[in-house]
Amino acid sequence: MASTRDWLLDDSPSSRLQARMGRGYRVFRSLLGNPLAVLGAIIVIGLIVMAVFAPLFATHSPTAQNLSMRLMPPSGENWMGTDELGRDIWSRVVFGSQITLVIVLLVAVLAAPVGLVVGAVSGYFGGWVDRILMGITDIFLSMPKLILALAFVAALGPGIQNAIIAIAIATWPSYARIARAETLTIRNSEFISAVELQGASRLRVIVAHILPLCTSSMIVRVTLDMAGIILTAAGLGFIGLGAQPPLPEWGAMISRGRSFILDQWWVATMPGFAIVIVSLGFCFLGDGLRDVLDPKHGERQ
Amino acid sequence: MAFEPDSAAEVVIEEETKGRGGRPHGFWKFLLAVGGFVLTIALTFLGLLAITFFIGRVIPIDPVLAVVGDRAPRAVYEAARVQMGLDQPLPIQFIRYIGSVLSGDLGMSVSTGKPVAQDLARVFPATLEMATLGIIIGVVLGVPMGVFAAARQGKLADQIIRVVGLLGYSVPAFWLGLVGLAVFYARLKWVGGPGRIDIFYDGLVQPVTGLLLIDSLIAGDFEIFMNAVWHLILPASVLGFFSLAYIARMTRSFMLDQLAQEYVTTARVKGVPERLVIWRHAFRPILVPLITVVALSYAGLLEGSVMIETVFSWPGIGNYLTTALLNADMNAVLGATLVIGAVFIAINKISDVLYRVLDPRAR
Repeated sequence: MASTRDWLLDDSPSSRLQARMGRGYRVFRSLLGNPLAVLGAIIVIGLIVMAVFAPLFATHSPTAQNLSMRLMPPSGENWMGTDELGRDIWSRVVFGSQITLVIVLLVAVLAAPVGLVVGAVSGYFGGWVDRILMGITDIFLSMPKLILALAFVAALGPGIQNAIIAIAIATWPSYARIARAETLTIRNSEFISAVELQGASRLRVIVAHILPLCTSSMIVRVTLDMAGIILTAAGLGFIGLGAQPPLPEWGAMISRGRSFILDQWWVATMPGFAIVIVSLGFCFLGDGLRDVLDPKHGERQ
Repeated sequence: MAFEPDSAAEVVIEEETKGRGGRPHGFWKFLLAVGGFVLTIALTFLGLLAITFFIGRVIPIDPVLAVVGDRAPRAVYEAARVQMGLDQPLPIQFIRYIGSVLSGDLGMSVSTGKPVAQDLARVFPATLEMATLGIIIGVVLGVPMGVFAAARQGKLADQIIRVVGLLGYSVPAFWLGLVGLAVFYARLKWVGGPGRIDIFYDGLVQPVTGLLLIDSLIAGDFEIFMNAVWHLILPASVLGFFSLAYIARMTRSFMLDQLAQEYVTTARVKGVPERLVIWRHAFRPILVPLITVVALSYAGLLEGSVMIETVFSWPGIGNYLTTALLNADMNAVLGATLVIGAVFIAINKISDVLYRVLDPRAR
């Protein structure tokens, strides 16, 4: 009588599905052994749940103004107080999680594949292709990310879509570097030679055999980068170049609260706590994932 | 906010330095290495120029319209276009752009009405002053914290320092600045408010270096010096926190590496006191990589100052950049981007060279 657990941990899996699920199970088990990683995972899942079911968590409408309730301190009615238009800050923070999640997901979806492909092509072909692609990558890498994003938003115009594009432009080069390093170690292994000798095209080798092996280090890196992406997006919102009012974006909310920071501290402070908690969550989760998926790059404990 | 330079970039430095094992065998080889290095720097700067040029081209604002206004007759418009060189093909425009940047011409700022280069020279010292005090705070606190954490690995102190390090990656700089203002300025009144100096003292000191702390000392005005310190201490501490987080994290990691070495075990077995083992045996070898970390962190602070300066109304390059961004003053935006990028690249490359010169294994 084999239990599900035995099936998952079987040393000689009989199907690809079983092998994959077994690997996932092992990763899951070792993550559970790291309390900070568990905390990080809980925070990230919390963010997702909050974003998806925002109307259930919010106690008020995020946009409904109530001028008789301006700048009220936190209370039983308004858990985080109200802002200068009498809007409930807690409800705005809850709906703001949707914006944060969308930004983070879109940047990852835009930047990671570009970096992955550039890095894999560069590493696999080598020679001049490698030199040119990595030269471009290094130029982007040598620029400060925030300044690069700011300059691109300035060119594209303020707004949340442009902020996402600008952050993606500033983020992809580090993924290209990682994918290239991974590809270089994979390229000369025997199974790649075997596939090549069987007549697989270069495209097939890269897409079907190299890219899948780069994904785990990529997942680690993207998770670790999430905090930085959230902070950059919030920074753009704070300066006024990211999400525009009345969108309840956390950085923009802090910017609005700036004028009241000396007397009505909660307006600017509350959304900041949301940013800190979510960023810390991604950091914890990323650290944990790195230890599990990528032990050789793990922080020396 | 993570002012940590990309770790991928560090890997590159390591790969390169490792690749250059062994001393160069002759003068020519040395010359070749220097030549290659200069070429890399030149190409990186060229890349930076290409990026700012590209951004300047894709903007939806028509630079000619900005000059002549939208009621100008066709002929005036065309004349202005030709005069600005915008009728030329892009490569020629790019070469002209490089030429004007190299001669120090970054165009006129629409909002201040002065040349951008002149504006930048005026605001840069304020940023330099803040970032320098920030890095001093980061090193003075961060290095001992990292060493301490490594010495007490896994204990409570280590855990606390680790969380402080991670906070450096997850706290928005502008938010920490605002909270700092609310607590230390508004409530406790321990520090001065936004700006470099009280309005009362503004313009009383003859600018010599542009650094208020030094200028006020040159003028011998201690009152103004104290007032400047009073204003500088909070923004510099906020910046310092972020470099502290990064430096402590890296120091801890380097120290753990050294403490695991066999010669450290030997020293311990021979009965060398633990304090000496840590500070003399283990700490000395990490000084060289630490210098690189500090340099990279200094470059990162330049980037971080953009947010901090906005919060503290600090009249530095970051504030200049954000003001220009909001006024769609493209010449000023690109000029500031160019200068920040160039200083960033320069510090990175200098730290790279320092590492090679100081570490015998990297030569």
